Amino acid sequence: MIILRPKVEFRYPVVAECINPGIFQGKASEEIGKLKIWEGNKEKRLRDLFMIREQRENRQNSAKIVMDGNISKVKRLGAYMKNGTIEIQGDVGMHLGEEMEGGEIDVNGNVGGWAGSMMKGGTIRIKGNADGHLGGPYRGSNKGMQGGKIEVHGNVGNEAGSYMRKGMIKIYGDAGQFTGVRISNGTIYVQGNCDERVGGSMTGGKIIIDGHVRAILPTFTIESVRSKVKIEDDEVGKGPYYLFTGDLSENGRGKLYVHKEKNIHLNHYERFL
Amino acid sequence: MELIVCNGYVYDPINGINGEKMDVAVKDGKIVEKVDEQRAKKIDASGMIVMPGGVDIHTHIAGSEVNTGRLLRPEDHRKDYEAKTATTRSGVGYSVPSTFVTGYRYARMGYTTIMNPSMPPLEAKHTHEELNDTPMVDKASYPLLGDWWFVLECLKQGDVKECARFVAWMIRTTKGYAIKIVNPGGLEAWGSGRNVDSIDDTVPRFGVTPRDIIRGLCKVNKLLNLPHTIHVHTNNLGRPGNYLTALETMKSVEDLSSGNRPAIHITHCQFCAFKGEDWRSLSSGAEEIARYVNAHSHVTMDMGQIIFTDTTTMTADGPFQYTLFELSGNKWVNHDVETETASGIVPFTYRRKSYVNAIQWSIGLELALLIEDPWKIFMTTDHPNGGPFFCYPQIVSWFVSRKARDAAIKRINKRARTRSLLPSIDRELDLFEVAILTRAGQAKCLGLSSKGHLGVGADADIAVYAVNPFETDISVHYQALRRAFENSFCTIKGGHVVARDGEILEHTEGATMWIDVNVSEPFAVTEEIKKRFREYWTVEYENYPVTDSYLKSAKPMTVKADV
Repeated sequence: MIILRPKVEFRYPVVAECINPGIFQGKASEEIGKLKIWEGNKEKRLRDLFMIREQRENRQNSAKIVMDGNISKVKRLGAYMKNGTIEIQGDVGMHLGEEMEGGEIDVNGNVGGWAGSMMKGGTIRIKGNADGHLGGPYRGSNKGMQGGKIEVHGNVGNEAGSYMRKGMIKIYGDAGQFTGVRISNGTIYVQGNCDERVGGSMTGGKIIIDGHVRAILPTFTIESVRSKVKIEDDEVGKGPYYLFTGDLSENGRGKLYVHKEKNIHLNHYERFL
Repeated sequence: MELIVCNGYVYDPINGINGEKMDVAVKDGKIVEKVDEQRAKKIDASGMIVMPGGVDIHTHIAGSEVNTGRLLRPEDHRKDYEAKTATTRSGVGYSVPSTFVTGYRYARMGYTTIMNPSMPPLEAKHTHEELNDTPMVDKASYPLLGDWWFVLECLKQGDVKECARFVAWMIRTTKGYAIKIVNPGGLEAWGSGRNVDSIDDTVPRFGVTPRDIIRGLCKVNKLLNLPHTIHVHTNNLGRPGNYLTALETMKSVEDLSSGNRPAIHITHCQFCAFKGEDWRSLSSGAEEIARYVNAHSHVTMDMGQIIFTDTTTMTADGPFQYTLFELSGNKWVNHDVETETASGIVPFTYRRKSYVNAIQWSIGLELALLIEDPWKIFMTTDHPNGGPFFCYPQIVSWFVSRKARDAAIKRINKRARTRSLLPSIDRELDLFEVAILTRAGQAKCLGLSSKGHLGVGADADIAVYAVNPFETDISVHYQALRRAFENSFCTIKGGHVVARDGEILEHTEGATMWIDVNVSEPFAVTEEIKKRFREYWTVEYENYPVTDSYLKSAKPMTVKADV
């Protein structure tokens, strides 16, 4: 297990693609210290910015990194990681676990935008809040999340799971606007309330909202009322739920489940059933 | 400054030098017979290939279109970036790189002259601003004149001489180099949501046909004695069955060539060599086109080879770009450039496993290999339409090695593999022919007398590639050649060593070439014309011309016209 702690409070963003269990694996802490890292527009070595401490444990846990201290300015942490674990004690910056393919990231604090951006596999668990574009693609791209799982116990910003192609996002708090915009497959579950325009331009996939939604886009049509919905293999949402399909402006067949009891204002849809 | 490149194997097709071991002497930015060997800086090129600096006849590297492409594709910049060094500036971009990175990457490949092929006259200032910021290479731009209202009006009246005076004025006004024609008539029709289907279709409102436009501007080109021919992007580009249109276009100017001089350049011919009724039955029309080109001397063309990668397509052909958006469903930009032309941009990914893309890939190489005379076909990818320009070394490896082609064919769509002509082609180009396709032929076609060769008096633009052609069998070890072409051992521009082993050693500003056409009776900009500018353009006449001071480093070439 490697424990990293910033030597000073960072003034500039730090781009830390090298903090990745796969890269650390099999390296002594001296070697790890020599890895290249960017602080602002200066290329530095990891040991210039972080205190590196190695803690011997049993061998199985060797691919584990613990991030201590304030790293809210550290970006692209765990990008492209394939295995191992990263544990973050506090907050962390943008692009956490970008394009990761496997392994686990646990965050005890909040994360910046684009967490799990374009990820293909693995798991990210966030105890705090997440900013916008959770699991979404980089600006301009349409290759969203392609696999893996993101769990957020706090609230998330706008455009969570945009352009999602596969995978699972679970949000236990509230979600912002445009949740699941343009998704084509995969599942998004929101336990709290959800802001407007949920599922805009979705062509497939599933969005489940257990909380309150102010309005459904007019390009969605009501299909039926379901008593329950499968969220994951071993998890079922207890309804009843309104099932909407859409987005019809994109000829979409996406499914949008909205909890009936929390959304009495949507009962006017029932006359179309 | 004196320089001598020693003991390299020199390939200089214009001077008929084929792999001879010799020295190339440079003094004050020019190739000279001899220099003082004691004083001159020596570059030891023993066991290496020495060629003239590369020339690219068609590459979209600057202008409003490219810049809009940059805006449209932030994700393209994310995956490819260069940090600044002591000599270079930073930059981003894969298929639509920033101007500085464009210059550096060309220099690393040993290219020293590039031509930006589509400049809407209205956007000429923007284009020149970007060309000013494209370092390391000499460059020029072709104004789009095929759908300009005044051209269409003159041609309708059959007044070729007046049209020639106007074109001469336009080339000076936009600081252009050659006449570019894109989908003649089609772009004017696109202004009202239509297109033309054949070269004998009538252009709405003007009553001329694409044939009239091509023939008219071909005559104009001849009257003005421009160094390059008309540069034509054919009608029906990117539509199945369009090889017939390409053949018709070439035939339409058959009688206008004099001597053995070419009269027309068909650009990115791969995109207009499609045979078949629809996308399912698409096949290659390269054989028919090659047969025609082999039998006639008035045509030159460039490949427009595609590379299997994610790229950005951009042309002035608005209707074609709209079709491409409908096919791909990708984000898109489409623009009608007032009374002059149109344009469109769509990101596109060419896939090996797609039948259509695999056939397209095959067509480009078939054209290059089936056309026997290498002086008639040049290597381009129509950057970035077919793929980014820094994939050129890969294309060179396909030229010289059947083995390389076979390896690529193995990976393409199965149905396309069985219908491709490539497996039946054994031809492998030698380095002499590669030098023609990548520099000498292009320079000759462009009428650049001081580029593309290493004769005395030529510009000292030299590329040295670290591979020994007499020890390495390049048809087997094609990867060695590819690596050598990716990063030249050294690139010399204007007598200065600007790049070495992929590192930029010196930042130089290339010149912007333009044609100063001297006509006996210049085009009169009457009050009527100025009034039209006020009525139909968003830019006043006074702000329209690109003034001399606009160009950072101008290199005008004076031409005497017959009109």
